Amino acid sequence: MLCQHCQKRVANVHFTQIVNSNKVEMYLCEQCAKEKGKFGMESPMSIQDLFSGFIGFDYANPYIKPEIKETVCEKCGMSFEEFQKNGKLGCGNCYEVFAEKLGPLLKRLHGNVEHHGKAPKRVTEKVQTTKELEKLRDALNKAIQTEEYERAAQLRDQIRMYEAGTSK
Amino acid sequence: MGAWYIESGPEADVVISSRVRLARNFSNYPFPFRMTKEQEKKVLAEATDAVLNGNSAISKDFVFVDIQTLNPIERQIMVEKHLVSPQLAEGQRTSGALVSRDEKISIMVNEEDHLRIQCLFPGFQIEKAWDLCNKLDTLLEERIDMAFDSHFGYLTCCPTNIGTGIRASAMLHLPALMMTGYIRSILEACSKMGVAVRGLYGENTEASGNMFQISNQVTLGQDEEEIIAGITNITSQIIEQERMLRNELYKQNPFRFEDKVQRSLGALKHSRIMSSEEAMKLLSDVRLGVDMGIIKNINGETLNEIILVSQSASLQKSVGKQLTPDERDIKRAELIRNKLKLAD
Ligand SMILES: [Zn+2]
Ligand SMILES: [Zn+2]
Repeated sequence: MLCQHCQKRVANVHFTQIVNSNKVEMYLCEQCAKEKGKFGMESPMSIQDLFSGFIGFDYANPYIKPEIKETVCEKCGMSFEEFQKNGKLGCGNCYEVFAEKLGPLLKRLHGNVEHHGKAPKRVTEKVQTTKELEKLRDALNKAIQTEEYERAAQLRDQIRMYEAGTSK
Repeated sequence: MGAWYIESGPEADVVISSRVRLARNFSNYPFPFRMTKEQEKKVLAEATDAVLNGNSAISKDFVFVDIQTLNPIERQIMVEKHLVSPQLAEGQRTSGALVSRDEKISIMVNEEDHLRIQCLFPGFQIEKAWDLCNKLDTLLEERIDMAFDSHFGYLTCCPTNIGTGIRASAMLHLPALMMTGYIRSILEACSKMGVAVRGLYGENTEASGNMFQISNQVTLGQDEEEIIAGITNITSQIIEQERMLRNELYKQNPFRFEDKVQRSLGALKHSRIMSSEEAMKLLSDVRLGVDMGIIKNINGETLNEIILVSQSASLQKSVGKQLTPDERDIKRAELIRNKLKLAD
């Protein structure tokens, strides 16, 4: 989509503003968004504010105050408010801490909230062992139900071995 | 094997280059902008060690480039060659790049993410670039514990890169789509399909010399193969349309077409002052002439090289000193004349 202001460049900023108490939405290119931000149609705002608006917090809208709740990532000290301002998370743990709040944003950015695709080997191996373990536990339960105690003992040993392997 | 700009690739009449990059982070450090100097150094050392001292076949192929030791012109050249981003070249952090000797691979350390693994190939070779990126990532993963979450995938500093962390892009030369104005509908279609369009030097740059970079925006939820297939698909369609329009334009008025192309070549061959913008415009015409078989003694690689050497920093390096904008335009004209003379 082309910028609705200059009709020249590609629009990549979603611009929301209140004009005469009506919500006006525009798709602008970065340059035009910056211009509007600088001179202000109604109120001045920073580029960070624009970015936050684009990624889904309506922080660009000066009439709606963002919800202020001090949840802080215990690993890097990042607060959600800080993230809203600069659009960057502080560490991997932030995603866990702010998972719930990030959901709508990710949905809006990617249309999805769940990863599909490559994973590090250590993760896929772990998933493998978890699946193996589940199978063994099922088999163990069956063995106990059918009173095959010798088989059950074997299975229990196998499970212990697996568990020892993954805890390392 | 040569760098992307001096080697010819498939479908090079429309696709200048193909690039794939993966964003990756160490699990045990905060993201770069929240690291202490100490942590920055550690990440840089660990990443360098993983590439250069790993037992794998790759270690011998890489050179470590310490951004801090480069002067501003040398840094800018790295940017002009697309080996590092402008952000990394600024050198505000302890950062560096591990660059393969053929300049097709660059692993940026401490950019927005700890690692940005990038592969750049000439022509239309997105899949090949992805294959290589994937292999490198798998090798690095043996030595580095990457930040990963089973729901969110690879964790990145900016949520726009989360999941696969992949950005696949193609640099396209689209003069006929521009001339006919059909580029608008292409841009619209791209934005509807979640494909971003940018200028020659990436984010926030304008299209110059009819060069456009298209890339995927979605990184979460689609797997790598789907994303690569998507960009490959759109690129193929754009190639087809551009070629069709080129032929159509030529058919409509062969004399005008040839005249335009030859005049531009003449201007490049004889001008004494040449701004970067004008050069890009004329080079685009000449490239079109080359691709249509109108200009025969020049090839696309020569044009790529001219674009590269006529960028500001590369120009200044060739002279060995800082130049004023006016001096640059004179030097640029001279350099282009000489390069084209060699081709004659
Ligand atoms: Zn605009
Ligand atoms: Zn954190």
